[in-house]
Amino acid sequence: MTQPLRQPVTPTRPLPRPNLRLVQPACHDAGPGALPHPEALTFALVGQPNVGKSTVFNMLTGLNQHVGNWPGKTVEQKTGTFRFDGAAANLVDLPGTYSLTANSEEERIARDYLISQRPDVAIAVVNAAALERSLYLVAELLALDTPLVIGLNMSDVAAQHGIHVEPHVLEAALGVPVVPLVAARNEGIRDLVAAAFKLAYDPAAFRPNRPVIRPEHQPVLEQLVEMMGGCACDRYAADWSAMKLLEGDAEVTAQVKGSVAPELWNEIHKVLLQHEDAYLDIAGGRYEWIGRMVRAAVTQPRAGAVTLTDRIDRVATHPVFGLGLLLAIFGLAFALTYAVATPLAEWLSEVVLGGLAGLAATLLAGAPAWVSGLVIDGFIGGAGTVLTFLPILAIFFALLGALEDVGYLARGAYVMDRFMHLMGLHGKSFLPLFLGFGCNVPAVMGARILEERRARFLTILLAPLVPCTARLAVLAFLTPAFFGSRAALVTLGLVALNLVVLAVAGIVVNKVAFKGEQTAFIMELPLYHAPNLRTVGLYVWNNTSSFLKKAGTFILLSSAVVWALSNLPGGNPETSILAMFGKALEPLGALMGLDDWRMIVALLSSFFAKENTIATLGVLFGAPEAGASLATQVSAVMVPAASVAFLAAAMLFIPCLATVATIKQETNWKWMWISVGLLLAISLGAGVVIYQGLRLIGVGV
Amino acid sequence: MIDSPQPRAVKLIADLPAGAAALVHSLTGGHDFCSRMANLGFTAGAPITVRQNYGRGPIVVSVRGTLVALGRAEASRILVRASEA
Ligand SMILES: Nc1nc2c(ncn2[C@@H]2O[C@H](COP(=O)(O)OP(=O)(O)OP(=O)(O)O)[C@@H](O)[C@H]2O)c(=O)[nH]1
Ligand SMILES: [Mg+2]
Repeated sequence: MTQPLRQPVTPTRPLPRPNLRLVQPACHDAGPGALPHPEALTFALVGQPNVGKSTVFNMLTGLNQHVGNWPGKTVEQKTGTFRFDGAAANLVDLPGTYSLTANSEEERIARDYLISQRPDVAIAVVNAAALERSLYLVAELLALDTPLVIGLNMSDVAAQHGIHVEPHVLEAALGVPVVPLVAARNEGIRDLVAAAFKLAYDPAAFRPNRPVIRPEHQPVLEQLVEMMGGCACDRYAADWSAMKLLEGDAEVTAQVKGSVAPELWNEIHKVLLQHEDAYLDIAGGRYEWIGRMVRAAVTQPRAGAVTLTDRIDRVATHPVFGLGLLLAIFGLAFALTYAVATPLAEWLSEVVLGGLAGLAATLLAGAPAWVSGLVIDGFIGGAGTVLTFLPILAIFFALLGALEDVGYLARGAYVMDRFMHLMGLHGKSFLPLFLGFGCNVPAVMGARILEERRARFLTILLAPLVPCTARLAVLAFLTPAFFGSRAALVTLGLVALNLVVLAVAGIVVNKVAFKGEQTAFIMELPLYHAPNLRTVGLYVWNNTSSFLKKAGTFILLSSAVVWALSNLPGGNPETSILAMFGKALEPLGALMGLDDWRMIVALLSSFFAKENTIATLGVLFGAPEAGASLATQVSAVMVPAASVAFLAAAMLFIPCLATVATIKQETNWKWMWISVGLLLAISLGAGVVIYQGLRLIGVGV
Repeated sequence: MIDSPQPRAVKLIADLPAGAAALVHSLTGGHDFCSRMANLGFTAGAPITVRQNYGRGPIVVSVRGTLVALGRAEASRILVRASEA
């Protein structure tokens, strides 16, 4: 029997697509069907990548979707709610997609949502500075029966480039409400929402000028619709499926093939073969239609004007200077961290935490020993010490946020393209990997923007080798006491080690597992714009507040557990359960020069969260005393060679629990175990090689 | 090429110097690639300008008001013809 084609397009490719939509991480959207207001109207934000959908979403819902100036930030659907003139509504933020023919995971999420979920009104955000290209998706959306309003965003950018769009003329031509916006400054959003509500209350008023296919393809389209006539779907769905068949859409083709009788499929297939190249004409036809729509509405600037973007790109995308710039940016990040953030963190640790510990000691003087132990060593020494990372993280995130919002990130990806080719990847993989500097979890998720499964899996495998802020903060915390004036140098060396290991692992895994296939590099470069303080501020706030939350919950709990395990039984750490465990692993630790069980336990505890390295050390070494910071205490138990080995192993260690869970969600069990095994081997291997190597040449022993 | 006997009518985008303008002639390669490029605006007759081309590595092309970075292999699958000045 045939099935309605409009219903969820069945996946045709292997794992992990079904997972993506069914198993959403708990902290994210619960997925389709779980709307906060089931009875209220639902609006969906759709559009091409980087047009400002999430900016509109954040403004309306007060939520904090990732905003930045590069295509492909939103990789899953997210639902929020808002009220407008007393009426509640659901708002869905979707990943950007260039067309309804999805090429990557995140585009597929947007497409599937639009085809199968049917919002009451779709709010199409378009970029006024690139109107023709933005309207391509609108041309496709108009073939669906979902009512549409258009938010003409980036009006300010268009004006800067001398492009002038007349919203009323465009509205008249398209027959679709067009509302001019500057989303980043919250201008026009109310009008946009008003237009969406109006349409939702009166969908019959929606009479758009729908694009028609070129006359020479009209007969075959009708023939296809007729051939699929047996299916119980409505007119739009049939038209849409016929169109996508003609366009050669792999998923729709598989869906139709699976739902009609084999003989009928043979007939359909024959027709399609005769019109193999129709998809090029269809795309061309859409652009011609767009050309007619915008002709009267848009005034273009004179050609050949040199823009700010051109000028910056002469350096930023230059094969040599561009690379220099990328390195300079990294250098600046570390210089800032060591000049500003580390001293602040030390001050917090010694003065504030030391003071707190002293205060707690006085207050808890009469309490049982275990209470003061738990509070002073467990909470203050453990979770409290982790909190001193805050200035370091704030600086990192401010830099990352500014780089993203200016539009630099895509340039970094462009410059890195040649190097990524060595791993059988291309520049686009740089985007998720770069997110890894912030946190590895979004890096693994962000790999959804890669079109090929192979490239996506490899990128996910490599992502944990990018040192995340938590690990960088651990370095920034420990290195000054370990290495004095050479701290920054050692840090740079360790970060470089991670990146070299990443490159080598990429090259080897690509050779062994993937036989060096190449993939197509096609990536839009956004125009530069001045960083929006609000966007960067929100980015820093989001990330630091989620860090605070984690420190106040998960890390606090881990600290308590470590404290308990190191005091049971009997209250003597040296004979505790944790000490037994750590001492059992001492032969392995000794290979890296770690003959203090506390260091081994600290390394292992980083699996639960990278910050735990410090929390655990804080608990096991006791709360900081004035004059002797935790880092100094720790440095006393190891020779410098062992310190380097310890830090290298910590930097390369198995990704944290959250990252491992995300890897499983985005790939499969096998790939997750490969990832864990590979990193465990690399990290312990590196620790041993570094310690033994340094010992051999007599350095730092 | 300076020494070629006569200018060829149809060239690869990858062979155009930075600053050159042309019209898309046709796409070669698999269905997925051609479909993506067409959706991005590289349809027959579309005006393009090469913004950056250092002879190796990726190139930057502007098409329909946007900048698109293309790997060299991809840029070698787009044929262009001269735009009437
Ligand atoms: N100048 C200007 N910038 C804007 C405007 N609206 C959004 N932006 C910026 O445009 C960039 C992209 O915005 P996002 O909201 O992340 O875009 P998106 O459509 O959600 O992008 P994806 O999730 O990657 O598809 C950000 O840097 C915003 O700050 C605007 O009206 N004017
Ligand atoms: Mg977004």
